[in-house]
Amino acid sequence: MKKLIFGLGLLCLGSVAQATEAEFTHGDPAMHARVMDVSADLRCLVCQGQSLADSNSDFAVDMRDQIRDLMETGMSDRDVLDFMMERYGEYVLYKPPLSTKTVLLWFGPILLLVIGVGTLYFNIHARKKQISEAPLSEEDHRRATELLRRGDDADSKEK
Amino acid sequence: MVRYLAPLVIFLILAGFFYKGLFLNPQDVPSPLIDKPAPSFQLSNLHEVNQVVARDEMLGKVWILNVWASWCVSCRQEHPVFMQLARTGQVPIYGLNYKDKREDAIQWLVDFGNPYVASGFDSDGRVGVDFGVYGVPETYIIDKQGIIRHKHTGPVTVDAVQNEIMPLVRKLQG
Repeated sequence: MKKLIFGLGLLCLGSVAQATEAEFTHGDPAMHARVMDVSADLRCLVCQGQSLADSNSDFAVDMRDQIRDLMETGMSDRDVLDFMMERYGEYVLYKPPLSTKTVLLWFGPILLLVIGVGTLYFNIHARKKQISEAPLSEEDHRRATELLRRGDDADSKEK
Repeated sequence: MVRYLAPLVIFLILAGFFYKGLFLNPQDVPSPLIDKPAPSFQLSNLHEVNQVVARDEMLGKVWILNVWASWCVSCRQEHPVFMQLARTGQVPIYGLNYKDKREDAIQWLVDFGNPYVASGFDSDGRVGVDFGVYGVPETYIIDKQGIIRHKHTGPVTVDAVQNEIMPLVRKLQG
């Protein structure tokens, strides 16, 4: 048991170690936080599964330096995102702006959910109907009574 | 019937998307700069420190901008293609020497030949960023008005020159 807990503890440590973001280059911590915050919303184009904040590739490091420089010239976070979008396209943003091209991206999942829940609802509804719409006929009642009676007879014989 | 066909139809639709996806290149990020003016730049000439290579010098002619670096392996692969294209003299090729060391870059051109009319020395890569460069090599075709008409990501091949680059260059040259 102790070993297990120790093992689990180690696993947790592992994730903590991984969660530390890409290296701290220089400058003051507040600026660093801002740079990291903005770069978390930007895609690293050479390591496409990662954001600029997660990656330690040369490209990401250079881009973070550039973002810091832009911020030091007084650009707001929004300005920096726009600057990147003008050069690298909407693809660089992890949260692309809502437009006719991205509407499916934004609402597709909700649409799928609505379709799924709708289908489920109608199926359950249809099944309920099936169950209630099959009442026992006179014939069924007679057979059921007959079977029950026979069962009673058999029981009493056994005794 | 619908009950049995629906999963099949959904499967086919998904399979269609995945099949298409197999042949897409995720590295090929559409550039927002196509049909926009090339970013203005003024860089030190790689060979002549005191001379300037600037966008506006090229106004009035169709030109090719090739982003390269001595540390870039794929650049070596495409280099003979540019050497050949330069020999034809059909279109001027300018280089953007991206995040490189001056001595290394000059030596590289000595070793492999210099197809460029001139190369701008972009040591910190800031002009590269303005062009939306994210991987070297990248190649741009810029028209007489200084508008970017085409971007080729990755090494340029003989095939790309014949079927993609030169037809467009000729069209733009008019």
